[in-house]
Formats: sequence, structure tokens, C-alpha cells
Amino acid sequence: MNAQAHEFKASVRRYTADLGHRDWIQKALAGYYVKRDEFKNRFQSWPSARNAAAEIKWEAINHLDRYLDEFVSKLEARGTKVFWAPDAQAARDYIVGVARAHKVRSIIKSKSMTGEEVHLADALEQSGFEVVESDLGEYIVRLRREPPYHIVFPAMHLTRKQISDLFHSRLGSEPTNNPEDLTMFARRVMRRKYCEADMGISGANFAIAETGMISITENEGNARLTTSLPKIHVAIVGIEKVLPKLSDLALFLPMLATAGAGQPITGYNTLYGGPRQSGEPDGPEEFHVVLLDNRRTALLADAEQRDALHCIRCGACLNVCPIFKNVGGHSYGTTYQGPIGSVITPHLRGLQDWKHLSQASSLCGACTETCPVKINLHHHLLHNRRNAVRARPPRSEKMIQAGFVFMMRHLAIYRLAARIGRTAQPLQPVLRATIFDPVRAWTKTRSFPRLAKKSFRELWRERKTS
Amino acid sequence: MKVALFIPCFVDQFYPHVGMSIVGVLERLGHTVDYPEAQTCCGQPAFNSGFWDEARSVAERQMRVFRDSEMVVIASGSCGAMVKVFYPELFRGHPQEVEAKALATKTFEFSDFLVNRLGVLDVGARFPGRATFHDGCHALRELGLKKEPRQLLRHVQGLELVEMKEAETCCGFGGTFAVKFPMISTAMGEVKCASIADTGADYVISNDCSCLMQIRGVLDRQGKSVKTLHLAEVLAQT
Repeated sequence: MNAQAHEFKASVRRYTADLGHRDWIQKALAGYYVKRDEFKNRFQSWPSARNAAAEIKWEAINHLDRYLDEFVSKLEARGTKVFWAPDAQAARDYIVGVARAHKVRSIIKSKSMTGEEVHLADALEQSGFEVVESDLGEYIVRLRREPPYHIVFPAMHLTRKQISDLFHSRLGSEPTNNPEDLTMFARRVMRRKYCEADMGISGANFAIAETGMISITENEGNARLTTSLPKIHVAIVGIEKVLPKLSDLALFLPMLATAGAGQPITGYNTLYGGPRQSGEPDGPEEFHVVLLDNRRTALLADAEQRDALHCIRCGACLNVCPIFKNVGGHSYGTTYQGPIGSVITPHLRGLQDWKHLSQASSLCGACTETCPVKINLHHHLLHNRRNAVRARPPRSEKMIQAGFVFMMRHLAIYRLAARIGRTAQPLQPVLRATIFDPVRAWTKTRSFPRLAKKSFRELWRERKTS
Repeated sequence: MKVALFIPCFVDQFYPHVGMSIVGVLERLGHTVDYPEAQTCCGQPAFNSGFWDEARSVAERQMRVFRDSEMVVIASGSCGAMVKVFYPELFRGHPQEVEAKALATKTFEFSDFLVNRLGVLDVGARFPGRATFHDGCHALRELGLKKEPRQLLRHVQGLELVEMKEAETCCGFGGTFAVKFPMISTAMGEVKCASIADTGADYVISNDCSCLMQIRGVLDRQGKSVKTLHLAEVLAQT
């Protein structure tokens, strides 16, 4: 087992044993289900909306070259500097370079999973820049020095008390159980930072090819301040974020809000098309868009799983995933948690290192059923498993499977195995859950059924002859 | 109608009475049941583990067994999904692709067969008790069977059907997943069993023995007395 799989299993053991945590996550999502369903019903037809969204993303992803060109040329026409980053290192280097060139002192950042993916905040801090997260959830997890727990709700694992304690110990606030007070306290800290910052970093929810604009969706207004107060705005954008037309947002904005947070529409939706133009009273002097590949083109080349690039990072698949709810977001050890993370991480960071995430699934399909852009998530987990075996068959499992095939292809062996099982069965209670128990992985926590005295075949024969 | 029975390997060995119940229900409805005795397994354990060559080798044999059957009824939503959904994918681009699709087309999960192929909702069963139905994920999401088992159960005399809060949430079985990641699988089973317990039902019914094996396994360790039954076992009671 590799280090990642080992760590995953260790974390899973910890989290599944933490009943309080499991309970908290269940409770945290209960309200979401109600609201999500309420606002799904506001669509004339949610299934049709999903079909339309899947078709639009299919078109965008399958003609990515054309749409990206259009997006970039429109952006550049208004004076935006666009950088094509082939990988995380290139993206970090470029952004650090911009900060250095402008002798930036303080950086404010709004929520960006793409930023997390390239470890942007860490890279900037290591280069000597102060970075402040302006999204409340991100601010909290950054204070705790831990990665986001969930792609949309980064601090969902924390109780109000934990946040109050954190603010108290780290920032000297008065302990409180009132969420408004906690928010107000963070806001006071942040407002000062917005004014000090000379660089604002954001992500993007959508990149509109037709108009050359990025669209940012948020609930706190922090992204607007992050992108408009500092004199430089840098947006880091995955190349898959493209939508062909501006009017596509009419579908995608309410869809993202509904699937992602159980809202009819998110609080703030803003389009950014370039730096301050002559005659405009505000906006940044410079606008940089960093377009990130980081192995997305490898996924694009995989026709079978290409639809994984449809993802709008709404997090709906995490919210319904029984694995996610029981193991928690931090167990994954990835930027993108839950089903979508298990599907794409092997493509982005190496199949053999991350295949265990595709194996850690009961393939229940709740993710695929909920995905607003209809990514065939749970079947892609099967594809990842197949690809991993094909590339490097694990020796011991290969032998077990060979035995399985031999047994199932030879009726006599199948029957013999059943007879041996029946004969050896009385030993089972004695050996239960010891190393001699062949099914101990099962019997440690669950009772194992007894082989029937007579198989169906035997019962059938008796019935036929009687 | 002449029906060939597909009894998955673990039903054959652990839950043969479920197969016999299906025989009972189908014969009561006036159909002729045949059991091709050479059958073994659908190949799902290999398929789900990523060993598609191995799965093909098992599936190919199973396809031969049912080649001449007119109609196949399968006693598991999960193995049903394997045949109906995954055989065509498994054999895509292979010489047996046509045969895989042919078997997929003529195979029906038990409740699907009764409701959608035969148009029967009332099989004349009688079963007093309070029960809740657990949706096996494969039957529910791969085969789209949600209302069928419930329609059948609502027509059972004396049976009170109550919905649990998380009927559609996975029980955590997931085949080899259950032993590769026993801690996750068990946690999921516990969530499921809490949801079952909340209904106060005496029975939990499903159309998948594999889910019932998981649910039974967890219930036993919790010392709960809720009984687990396959849909066919209920429908066979008169």
C-alpha cells in the first residue's frame, strides 16, 4: 500500500470511529437537503435543466480549444494579461512574479479551489507576502492551518464553539455562541486588510468565451472587495471553467446555487471583463488571468471520462455521498474531496497513488444521480479501478481473481468449494475475527451469514424429482 | 410464459429459500420456471475490482448458459444491473457484444419482471406485519426500480409499509468494498440501521440479498431483532 492509501485508511479509521463528528456532518447537511429540493422544484423541470447544462458543458469541453481562444482574445482586447500555466509550479511562479514586480506587501484572497490546487497561498507566504483569506470559512481553516474540509463549505466540520475558541485564542476575541458576533469580528479584521492590500487574488466560477469575462459567485461580498479595492487583480482559472455564451449563466447561476448551497441564487454574482478602462471610476489597474491546465488536458484526452471536466464545483456530490459523510473531507487528502475528487485526482496527480479513492466506494451512484451537469461519477470510479489494474495488476489480488474465475468457470470446483465451506463452517464461530478467519474483515463488525444446508440447486433438484 | 431463473452464486449458497420463493410466486402466477443448472456467477466481483478480463471470462460462460432462454428473471438487483447495464459495457468492442446486449434485453430483476413485464401488482400474498423497504442502489439507480417493489408490497394483505428516512441511502455493502474498507462499510451500515430502527418496523425488506446480508450483519451485532426479508419471501406468503 502506498503512503497516500495508508494515510487515507488511518484517517478513515479515526473519523468513522468519531460518532460525534459523523453526527455533526449529518446535522450540518440536513437543512441543505430541504432547501436544495425546495429550489429544485422552482425550476420548470430540474431534469431538463440538467440535460441542458450537460449539453452546454459537453459543447464547451469538446471544443475547448476554440472557446479558450475566444475567451482569451476578448480578455486581452480590454488589456487583461493572460498567462497559460501548464502546471501548478508555472502558475505559482507567475503570480509570485507579478507580486514581486509590483513590490506588493499585502495580498487579500477570495475563495478559489484552483488556488488551493496549486497551493498558492503557501507559495506566496513562503515568498514573503502576507496573504489573508477573505472568505469566512477559508479564513477560519487557514487560521487552523488546515485545508478546506469541503469544496464549498470549507469549515463545515467546525462547531460555533470551536470557531469562537479559535478566534479567542488566535485573535483575542470575546468568547461567544452568536454567529453574527463571530462574523462581525472576522469582518472587522478583514475590512482593514482590504484597504491595505495591493493585490487581490480570486478564482472564477465560470469563464464566458463570448464576452471574455469571468463570473464569480459568492455569498459574503468578499470577492467583490478582493477584486476591486487592490490595484492588481489576479484570477486563477481552470481551463475547464469555460461556458460558450453569456446567456448560459441564466441556467448555470441558479443551478450552481441550488445544487451547491440550496439557494435560489447566490448572494452576489459578478462578471469581470478587464482592468479599469479609461473613463471608469474604479476597478483594478491591472487584471491578470492565469489559465491553469495542471493535467486537465490529460483528462480531456480520455474520451471515456472527459465529462468529469463538466464539473462546476458545486459540491452536490459530496453532500449526498455516504462515504464523504462518514469519513469526512479531510480523510481524502486531496484538494477536491468526495466523488468528484475520487474521480479526477487520479488523473491530476497519478492513478497508482490515488486509485484507493476509487476503490473506497460502494458505487451507490447517489453522486451521479445528483450531479447537475450529469457527470457519470460512479461509473468513472469503476473505470479508474479498471485502468489501475490494467496498468499495474496487484499480484495478490490477481491470484485471488484467477482463483475466482477458475471456480466460476468450473461447476465441479464451484460445488466443491461450497462443500468445503459447509464442512468448515462450524469452525467459524471459534475463529471469528482472528487471523485464521478468512472473512475477518467482515466479522470484526458484522455477523456473517451461514451457508445454507442445501444450495438452491439441490433444493431445485429435490423438488423436480419429488 | 417460460422463465429461466438466474440465481446469483451467493443466493444459491446462502439464501436458496429466496430463489425458491421466486419459483413459488412465478408458478402461482401460472408461469413455467426453468433453472439452467450450469450457471454460477455473473462476474461482478471481478468487474467491480477492476479485473475486466477476468469478469469477461466468467460473464461469457454465464451468457452461454442463458443463450437459449426466452426470458431471464434474476434474483438480485445488483447482479441484474451487472447483466443489464454492465455486460454491454464490458463487452463493448468484443465479439460477444451482440450476445451481451441480447441477454441484457431479456433479463429482468424480479420486481421489474412482475410489474413491468407481466403487469402484475397483486400476487395474492398475505403477510401481516409492519415493514420498511430498503432500496438496493443497483436496483434503484442502475435499473430505475423505485416504485415497483413498493407497488407489490402495497398489495400484500396485512402488510403495513412505512418509509424510512434514508430509504435511498446505501447500506454500505458494495461488494468487495465491504471487506476492503470495512470501517466505512460498517459506518454506512450503522446509519442505515438507525434509519430502519426509527420506523419501528418489524421487518426490513429489500430486493437484494447482498444489502440484507450487510443489514443483518450490523443488526445482529447491535442486538436488534428487526427481521430481514427478501421481497420474494414476502410475496411467496399466502
